[in-house]
Parts: sequence; C-alpha cells; structure tokens
Amino acid sequence: MKKGILLPLAVLVVIYFLWDGAVLVSKSDIFPRPYQVFLGIVELVQHGLLLKYVVASLFRVSVGFTLAVLIGVPLGLLLGWFKPAFLAFNPIIQILRPISPIAWIPLAILWFKVDDRAPIFLIFLSSVFPIMVTAIAAVQNIQPVYVRAAQNFGVSQFDLFRRVIFPACLPQIITSLRIALGIAWLVVVAAEMIAVNSGLGYLIIDARNAGKRYDLVVAGMLLIGVIGLALDFLVRRLESFEEVKWGYSQRM
Amino acid sequence: MNKPVIAVTDLSLSFPGKKGSSPIEVLRSINLEVKRGEFVCIVGPSGCGKTTLLNIITGFLQQSKGEVLVQGAPVKGPDPRRVFVFQDNGVFPWLTVEQNIGFGLARHSREEQREIVHRYVQMVGLTGFEKAYPRELSGGMRQRVEIARALAPNPEIIYMDEPFGALDFITRLKMRADLTRIWQEEKKTILFVTHDIEESVQLADRVVVMSSRPGTIRKQVQIGLPRPRDLDSPEYLEARDEIFHTIGVSLKVGAT
Repeated sequence: MKKGILLPLAVLVVIYFLWDGAVLVSKSDIFPRPYQVFLGIVELVQHGLLLKYVVASLFRVSVGFTLAVLIGVPLGLLLGWFKPAFLAFNPIIQILRPISPIAWIPLAILWFKVDDRAPIFLIFLSSVFPIMVTAIAAVQNIQPVYVRAAQNFGVSQFDLFRRVIFPACLPQIITSLRIALGIAWLVVVAAEMIAVNSGLGYLIIDARNAGKRYDLVVAGMLLIGVIGLALDFLVRRLESFEEVKWGYSQRM
Repeated sequence: MNKPVIAVTDLSLSFPGKKGSSPIEVLRSINLEVKRGEFVCIVGPSGCGKTTLLNIITGFLQQSKGEVLVQGAPVKGPDPRRVFVFQDNGVFPWLTVEQNIGFGLARHSREEQREIVHRYVQMVGLTGFEKAYPRELSGGMRQRVEIARALAPNPEIIYMDEPFGALDFITRLKMRADLTRIWQEEKKTILFVTHDIEESVQLADRVVVMSSRPGTIRKQVQIGLPRPRDLDSPEYLEARDEIFHTIGVSLKVGAT
C-alpha cells in the first residue's frame, strides 16, 4: 500500500526538478518555473478568478453532459431494442459520430452567439454519441436468456425495459459515461478558447494573448488535469454499486 | 379430469434447406401427452430435437405442422402459468437472491411477496443468502435460485431444459433429490429435457426416448419405482439399461 503512494510521489519530485532545471539551463524568460506556476494559481485565487472559471467550466460540462445522458441512454436503449428504428437512424448516427465537436464550433457560435449555450451544445454533442452507441450495442448484445426469463413471467414491454434491459445494460452504460465525461472535459476547454470569455479554456488562451503569461497558461493546464482526474474518480465510484458489479467481474 | 395437461399431436418441424437441397426435417410426427402432476423426462442424443420440441411446447418456437394444446388451448407464447427453467445464467445478476425469487410476483401485495419469497428461500435451502448477489453464489446455489424463482408465482407447469447440465456430478445428484422433494410437495407438472439417461430414470414417472434426424419418439418407458429411488436396485438398473439399449449405446467401454 505504501508503495502505491511513494512511487508516484517520487516520480512527481523527479519531474519537478527536471522541469525546474530545464527552465534554468535554457535561461528561458517566458516558460515558467514550477514555483511561478504556483504563484500564478495564488494570483488567480486572489483575484477571485480561479473559482469563477472552474465553476464556469464545470457548469457547462454538467449541463451538457446531463442532457447527453438524459437523451443518449433512453434513445440508445430504444434504438437497440427496436430493429426498424435502428436501421432507420443508424446511418445518420454513424455519419455524425466521427465529426469532431470542434468542427461544430462555427455553427455553435452562429446559432447561440457567444454565451453558455454554445459550449453546452458542443459538450452535449461530444458526449451523446459515445453514450448512445454504447447503449445500442449493450441492448443488442444482451443475453437472450434474460429477456426470455422475463417474458416468461408475463412482464409488460415497459417493465421489460425497466426491470431487465436497463439493468442488464447498466454496467456498459456506466463505462460509456466515464469515457464521455472524459471527452466532455477535453471539449469544454477547446470550446471555451473560442466560443466564450470565461472558464479554464478561456483562461489559457487569454493568458497567452493578453501578455504571454505562461505561468497562468501552465497553471490552467494543471488545473484541467487535476479536475479531470477528480471527475473520473467520481464516475468510477458508480462502478462499485452492487447492482452493476457483476458487469465488471473479470477486472476484480 | 383425466384430460392431459399437455397434448402434442402429430407435430413436425422442418426448416427450408439451402438452395436446391431438400428441407431439413427436425421433428417428425411427435405425439406426446403429459398428465397433471406428472414428471416426464425427454431424453435423447444431442441434436435429436428435444430442446426444440420443448421450445415449441413453451411457445418460443412455432411448429410447421401438428397441434400443441397446453391446458386445453393452443400455445401462443410464453405464459406466466407455465415457467421455464433455463440451463445456466438465467438468474438476473443485478438482483439479490430474494429479488430474483420475487421477480414474477409483481401482481402480489408486498406482504404476500415477502411471505412467498421467504417460503421458497427456505424450500431451496438458501436461508441466510437472501441478500446475496448471484456472483457470490456457487453454480448449484444459483440454479436453486432459478428454480425458486420459477416456482414462486405458483405456475401449473414447469419446463426444464437440462437445468443441471452445468453443475458438477455431486451437486447434480443433490439437486435431483431436492427437485424430487419439491415436486412431491408442490404437485406441479414437470417436463424435463436432458441428455442424461441416469438423470431421467432417477427423476421421472415416465421417460420419453427420442432418436435423431429427424427427431422422433422412439419409446416411452414408465418408471414405476418408489421414491426415494435406490440407484442400486435391479429394477432401477433394468429401466436404465432398457433406455440405453433403445438409444443404441453399449454399456461396455473399451475394445472387445
């Protein structure tokens, strides 16, 4: 257990000195030393910007991601179960899916101007496809014996969804939520660089444009990494619920 | 009163063959009757169509020709009055033992549900495991959950498709004893498919022997032995050997 903390900590210390040393040796006056990044974070806190930008980014991700879950999961389950619906919609999904959310930025600005709706829309787009496609595949690969067993007890179509199809697909859906939230966090930064003027993505691009404040650029990057890690940790905890543990048994 | 619960008359099933070749005949003129409360086993080599026959009787499959009457009416599909016990993994892994057993009880009040679940947990010997999830149970225990779940809504007929096929030898013997005891207590009609001749003779009132390609009923053997059955008694061995011979399996192993 001790090794689990000590080893990564040792690596961090080594990186710290390598980074610091590299900046000193190169005599760069633009690239920040680690302590300057730390001071940059302190400065952001003092100006009240840190909390404001983190909240702004998290707010956009929460709204866009929640919309993606609320629409992607039910729609995916239905498309997975009803074959004609799947045949009708699958081609358009497969065409839209590979389009990077970044490519939608011009349209998002056209439709929503420079306000919160643009990044929310982009985050929704980036999360809804992985969630929906996973839900479709999960239903299509459901063990037929579960469906038969349920039908045998005379359950209604609605109960079949609620009591069998949804719980049977839940482990895979939760995994897709993890992936989708990771993508959403990537996309919010990109969207904020262009479509709005607040948030961690905006912080990075603004720090660079407004005065080559690379200490703030790197500070923003580190914050994005740490918050991304925290988000992943939160979604991961969903995987330890008793109702879904069976779906991950090989890994435990 | 003497009307059979299950009546299969002149039933056939064939699938269209590949282009140019003749259709594949899976089942040919099957006639079978099962009385109320009777325990009937269908045995035969793998590929003889015994599971297919069971799937037609349960309504999961449609026959090409002939008639299936269950409880006096043609079969239209799965029906909660007759429950199917699957070979393996039919238990829902996202529900606890008691939630699984209570799955078919949505029409009952909460009070009744609790009472029924409690009774069947006891009957299949899973007391103390009510809150356990299937992944925490052994294969034999899972299969007992499956059987309890099938029995709980009080169906009149139970269909079983090699329910003990995935279990080890000793667990299988114990499950057979348990099933016999439960059947004697509950007075259900059971139609049980297996490829295990010994199993059929240990369990059934009557063994239906099938042969393959196309699947037909070769012979029906009444097993009049009292229960609990003595697996060393000459009568048991005689019944067993009769079925072995019908299927055409030698009881000697090795070169002659």
